[in-house]
Amino acid sequence: MDWNTIWFILIAVLFTGFFFLEGFDYGVGILLPWMGKDDQERRFVINTIGPFWDGNEVWMITAGGAMFAAFPHWYATLFSGFYIALVLLLLALIARGVAFEFRSQVDDPRWRKVWDQAIFWGSLLPALLWGVALANILRGVPVDGSMTYVGGFFNLLNPYALLGGVTFVLIFTLHGAHFLALKLADDMAARAETVAAKVWPFAVGALVLFAGATIPVLGDAPNRLAAVVLVILALAALSGSRVFAHRQTWGKAFTSLAVGIALMTVALFVGLFPRVLVSSLDPAYSLTIYSAAASDYTLKTMTIVAGMLVPVVLIYQGWSYWMFRQRIGRKSKLTY
Amino acid sequence: MSVIALARWQFAILTVIHFFFVPLTLGMTVFLAILETLYVRTRDETYKKMVQFWSKVFLINFALGVVSGIVQEFQFGMNWSEYSRFMGDIFGAPLAIEALLAFYLESTFIGVWVFGWEKLSPKLHAAMMWLVAIGSNLSALWILIANSFMQEPVGFVLRNGRVEMVDFFALIKNPNVWVQFPHVLSAGMTTAGFVVLGLSAALLLKGRGDEWVLRSFKASAIYGLVGVLLVTWVGHSQAQHMVQQQPMKMAAAEAHWETENPAAYTIFAIADPASRRNAVSIRIPGFLSLLSYDRFSGEVKGINELQATYERKYGPDNYIPPVNFMFYSFHLMVLAGMLMPVLAIYALYLHHKEQVAEKRWFLKWLVWGISLPFIASTTGWLVTEVGRQPWIVLGLQKVQDAVSPAVSVGEAAFSLFALTLVYVLITGVGIYLVLRHLDAGEPSSVGAGY
Ligand code: HDD
Ligand code: HEM
Ligand code: HEM
Repeated sequence: MDWNTIWFILIAVLFTGFFFLEGFDYGVGILLPWMGKDDQERRFVINTIGPFWDGNEVWMITAGGAMFAAFPHWYATLFSGFYIALVLLLLALIARGVAFEFRSQVDDPRWRKVWDQAIFWGSLLPALLWGVALANILRGVPVDGSMTYVGGFFNLLNPYALLGGVTFVLIFTLHGAHFLALKLADDMAARAETVAAKVWPFAVGALVLFAGATIPVLGDAPNRLAAVVLVILALAALSGSRVFAHRQTWGKAFTSLAVGIALMTVALFVGLFPRVLVSSLDPAYSLTIYSAAASDYTLKTMTIVAGMLVPVVLIYQGWSYWMFRQRIGRKSKLTY
Repeated sequence: MSVIALARWQFAILTVIHFFFVPLTLGMTVFLAILETLYVRTRDETYKKMVQFWSKVFLINFALGVVSGIVQEFQFGMNWSEYSRFMGDIFGAPLAIEALLAFYLESTFIGVWVFGWEKLSPKLHAAMMWLVAIGSNLSALWILIANSFMQEPVGFVLRNGRVEMVDFFALIKNPNVWVQFPHVLSAGMTTAGFVVLGLSAALLLKGRGDEWVLRSFKASAIYGLVGVLLVTWVGHSQAQHMVQQQPMKMAAAEAHWETENPAAYTIFAIADPASRRNAVSIRIPGFLSLLSYDRFSGEVKGINELQATYERKYGPDNYIPPVNFMFYSFHLMVLAGMLMPVLAIYALYLHHKEQVAEKRWFLKWLVWGISLPFIASTTGWLVTEVGRQPWIVLGLQKVQDAVSPAVSVGEAAFSLFALTLVYVLITGVGIYLVLRHLDAGEPSSVGAGY
């Protein structure tokens, strides 16, 4: 396996980690209006992700940095091309990030309402936009021979990509509900369980539609078959999560869905491989892991660095989740 | 306006704002870690109160630093795609390492610290803040390694129409890093010191002379004083390094038009770029040589000679950065660096004499003094980045060749407007919250729920 392939895999891993972790954390934000009937309850909900959200977000930042380091042309074409979408994503993330910190500082219902809104939209929009972006990367966008994106913003809003976005939103919402079922106590946990049951059919339905719509999009992708198999497995995992939920084994339900999200992400990347951004103008213009890559020396150096650092990160992030494993309920002391 | 002008404004505004929060984080994490260690050692509740009160200021600032940092991570791709293609091989690596090594550390352990007051033993809890401090200062190191390459390219070859890395360790050993990094770290200490000092003064002005306030006053004055002495000392060697490596930047910052030996130092000037000389100036003979080489002789190249050299080397263009802008930016930074020790020393003297609360006029000065480190940091970066013009990467790529072709004027204008607006809004809210916290004047019971 060459360095380029290793880095493609590593970036897929970073996105998988990002969607797995930030997935439930966006989901929690999206569910805030439904899960928290009053201020106190909303605080419970927010505090379930309080210690984690920033660490989760760094998975996205690292994915961005890794794209820059390993495939600079991908980074350059994608972020200058999907410009307005990226600006919207950033605005949403800014609002969401400060909202967590600011919300609890002033005890006034109007103040808190503003930041509740920021958390909701700041979670919904990024989930949607990442789905739209990945769907477009796979479907193909107008990229010319000089690796420059020549479509506008509205080019990105095609039905297929929007379906991808909606799928992401629904799956993350379900993921968030599972997380809350594990992290909240008593009646709040029960409410999360109900929400999970309600969201599930929509999430599965969306994924089925999206998977179906993806088959023609895959066109002549070299790993078509593998991608389709992976999506089927993802659907199986999603179904499994319902079964476990039904049996009230929420830990297993959560894990099962997490596996589903990982499989879905991997399926997208397998469908993409060895391309990193498909050109709709001419397959020859597509950016690939070779045409977009940094030099071998950089890839090799970065492999060593990542090989040393990623395991350490996993260990201490795991430790922080272990540290705050307790459920949050009426008797808990709240920070946010 | 052209895309390039908009892109430059956007980068300048957003990065300057990011760098309001960054030095405060850099210095504050270390300051808090020291205070909490003192608490663990002595079990003196006053230290705990100090940690609790100042950590709230820090956390508000930290949130702003984080959200503005996310934008930084993507800005190169957004507006500077040709720069990213040209530099990706080198620039991406430190940026990715910054995330892997520093951001994970910082973000994970800040969560544990904030939420862990009652879950961790005091010792372990203090250790968490040390990890955050290490994380944030490491993040400065790696981003400065990236930035230093733009000032002083090392360890690369030009191949495939871009710079390619050939020696990773050369990037780390880049001499520019080892003047820039200590300068930025000590700027961070200075910033935290003067912010805490100024806010303590504000508390004293409100008549809150509690023990923890007085002790914060003293601790921050010491911390800030050490910081500012270091920053000026390192700044001096940094300037000497610049004279060697980026003579045009230093010459512009000194409004030094003609090559001289011994060279005179200009303490006041109004440059006239059109006729390439100073319209007005006051100069001290020999002094620039002294600053540059620690002796009263030695040639310091002037702007005009450097311009001619660069034209021969790189072809016709204007290689002169805006001289008045550079001169005043640089001298504002130096002035701030001269004023701060005076403030800190007098503050310590008053504290020693136990007369702090009586000198209200001085306390008001200290409140205004909060602006000094921010002025110095901003102008310092303006010197660094504007002084490199017209280059984005010194000698290798010009700014006009770096901008994204895919971005339209409308898009660039939208992002400039929307992001600036949001930055200004959230910064305003952050300041409002700090002021509220100051009004309450209580070490809020972090960990007991707020
Ligand atoms: C509290 C902040 C602060 C203070 C008091 C000073 N500086 Fe500074 N300076 C910075 C904060 C800063 C900075 C914002 O951190 C910069 C920007 C880039 C860098 O390395 O540090 C900087 C840049 C910078 C540069 C440009 C480096 C480059 O182009 O890469 C020079 C030559 C100096 N400084 C020199 C000085 C001197 C001689 C000072 C003494 C009085 C001084 N600085 C005080
Ligand atoms: C250490 C990381 C940094 C990197 C990698 C970096 C990189 C860049 C880049 C790519 C540009 C755009 C091209 C140009 O106009 O030259 C730029 C411009 C600029 N940067 Fe930085 N920068 C860094 C830090 C900072 C900081 C902390 C500040 C201010 C607080 C700053 C202030 C500016 C300004 C004012 C400009 C606009 C200069 C002009 O266009 O005339 N930079 N920088
Ligand atoms: C222009 C290039 C820069 C980029 C790409 C960048 C990127 C980022 C990102 C992504 C974050 C958020 C991390 C999180 O979510 O936890 C951040 C925060 C931070 N950055 Fe920057 N940054 C830049 C400039 C700088 C500079 C010049 C410094 C220091 C010298 C610096 C030091 C920090 C620190 C200490 C933080 C921690 C949070 C805070 O600021 O309070 N950054 N930056």
